[in-house]
Amino acid sequence: MEFLLDRAQGEFGRSVDRMLGGARTAEAVRAWAQGDHGPGRALWERLGGVGVTALAVPETYDGVGPLPVELAVAYVESGRHAVPGPLAETAAVAVLLAATAAPAARRWLPRIASGQALVTLAAADGGPYALDADAADAVFAVEGEELWLAPGHGPVQPSFDPARRLARPLSGGELLAGGPAVAEAAERAADWAAFATAAQSLGTGLALLERTVAYVKARRQFGRAVGSFQAVKHRLADVLIGLEFARPLLYGAAVALASGAASTRAEVAAAKVAAGEAGYAAARAALQLHGAIGYTDEFDLSLWIRRARALRSAWGTPSVCRARVLAG
Amino acid sequence: MDLELTERQRAFRDEARRWLAAHIPAVPLPSLETAEGFAAHRAWERTLAEGRWSAVTWPEEYGGRGASLVEWLLFEEEYYAAGAPGRVSQNGISLLAPTLFAHGTAAQRARVLPPMARGEVIWAQAWSEPESGSDLASLRSTARRADGGWLLTGQKTWSSRAAFADRAFGLFRSHREEGAPPHRGLTYLMFPLGAPGVTVRPIGRLDGKPAFAELFLDEVFVPDEDVIGEPGQGWRVAMSTAGNERGLTLRSPGRFTAAARRLVALWRERAADRGAGDDAGCDDAGRDDAGLRDRVADAVIGARAYELFAYASAARPEAGSAGAATGAESSLNKVFWSELDIALHETALDLLGPVGELADGAAEAAGDGGWADGYTFALAGPIYAGTNEIQRDLIAERLLGLPRERR
Repeated sequence: MEFLLDRAQGEFGRSVDRMLGGARTAEAVRAWAQGDHGPGRALWERLGGVGVTALAVPETYDGVGPLPVELAVAYVESGRHAVPGPLAETAAVAVLLAATAAPAARRWLPRIASGQALVTLAAADGGPYALDADAADAVFAVEGEELWLAPGHGPVQPSFDPARRLARPLSGGELLAGGPAVAEAAERAADWAAFATAAQSLGTGLALLERTVAYVKARRQFGRAVGSFQAVKHRLADVLIGLEFARPLLYGAAVALASGAASTRAEVAAAKVAAGEAGYAAARAALQLHGAIGYTDEFDLSLWIRRARALRSAWGTPSVCRARVLAG
Repeated sequence: MDLELTERQRAFRDEARRWLAAHIPAVPLPSLETAEGFAAHRAWERTLAEGRWSAVTWPEEYGGRGASLVEWLLFEEEYYAAGAPGRVSQNGISLLAPTLFAHGTAAQRARVLPPMARGEVIWAQAWSEPESGSDLASLRSTARRADGGWLLTGQKTWSSRAAFADRAFGLFRSHREEGAPPHRGLTYLMFPLGAPGVTVRPIGRLDGKPAFAELFLDEVFVPDEDVIGEPGQGWRVAMSTAGNERGLTLRSPGRFTAAARRLVALWRERAADRGAGDDAGCDDAGRDDAGLRDRVADAVIGARAYELFAYASAARPEAGSAGAATGAESSLNKVFWSELDIALHETALDLLGPVGELADGAAEAAGDGGWADGYTFALAGPIYAGTNEIQRDLIAERLLGLPRERR
């Protein structure tokens, strides 16, 4: 047993971190929220360049996956840097197409793997909306036992996190696959989406904690750094505890996904609950400890605060996931 | 990154499983916080030692198996899954022994460890004093130089297991230096609880059982051979292994994974009693189903998180075989498991409804009263081994780098 990232996995995480650290992601998120997808798409091409978008795509389709551990590493970093776009949906589409629809897989997966194509997905487990459909080159939809390539999407609805652009897929389009295999693959795809969401939640929480620690060290009131007050320290200590105990669950889920263990659904659900709650607790603490500045749209902290709330419920609310933990 | 057991690990686990299945007492032992239960638990320690399972990580020469940290985790998992008794020798094995391995002499290890492993000498800790709790370094009990040893005088309190234990270990002020910080001049000593000059006054914990005691010491002689480390360096000696008390070795993940499984069984049992299908609203006893379900799931998630966190700690290159998760990381552990323990037991009591109010020993208590006893035990977790407030200070200052302040 060696429940630890190996040297290459650690180095991969650091290289994604370095790349995103120099990529002006905050500006890309803000543009994305305005419907200007150019900077975000450029970011995705860079993610493709370091191999992130190929991690859920099998080698048959020019990918390198499925590599859930590496995907977790990369998605945690993407969450830390607030990368916009349908990250979880991309992983889910790769799993779904590879399992059920060979012609569509040949058409789409190589371009997904390279970061050139942006795709999204609406499926029962993820709710009625296809995230960032307005930015996507393809909108897939699972309806019962059918997998469709939708002919387009409805209007983008305003959402709490404006950088998560929610729209319903239009019905009809191209029927790609049907039958029980689709339902079965959709369940596995939903697990990948929940897992990918958990990784982003953890990264979002880590970013919120880093930023808040830096802020309370610098911000002074009553003649001292507010980070010296015990109420502030203890709240941040609890945030760290939540995040540090979500992390092993995320990698436990990655190991389960890699091995196809019978407990996979429950392990993913446990990771989703823990990471979603920890990321959200980090957002609440970050907002409270920044005070009024944290409540503003203009201050970049808002990018992560809004994201944390959305990710907590995306691809499985805490309650749905808790039920899955006990069903597994 | 994997969670696969090696051949050796699997063989170790299977051997532990077989041995435990063959040796675990058929009926649960009486609470170890009673004289009768203490004696029964001591006898169980001897049985464990005969199988060489009482201290698996120790070298063989002291009665251990030289087991790795992962193997220890596997043993603990099997131990609690099998429903084996609580460990009356815990203070010695998880607190004193790591200190002896780090700072003791070979002669001390040879003298102290084998009888500890066999349950012949049960150890109590003697840290806190009436005026020194969280601020332990302010302690006032003294060790005065005498011919060939030291004379201990003062009062210790909240000394776990001391009501029935044989010996104790703790810190005493041996050197005074004008203007020196309070943690200077302390000495780490081992002393017999039956020696002349020692008075032990048992203290009833919340349910009245004498789980700890006050110790009154009046010129109690301790020979030089029972000083651990250098006289005057006791604080450094004690703190270098404090992580053992807070972390993994005191409360292994196996305890919580086993308790979470029992909790799930209790939840399913109750759901079956009520009939399936109805997943909303409350039952006649006012128990809210969806809310309880979420709390049961949280206990499962928490126990799994702690287990995986431990495997990650064990895999780190710096992890030793005897005491992982030392230092500030052990503070994360301590807050996490102590809160998990309470939440898990509260959920069990809420699931039990009216029966949950019965104490262990009551004829109708569920699960032989284990949930009630476990709840009382869990309530102490956030207080001992450094309160959770102290741990959060340490986390904030040492892991997050926030400014250190006078508390």
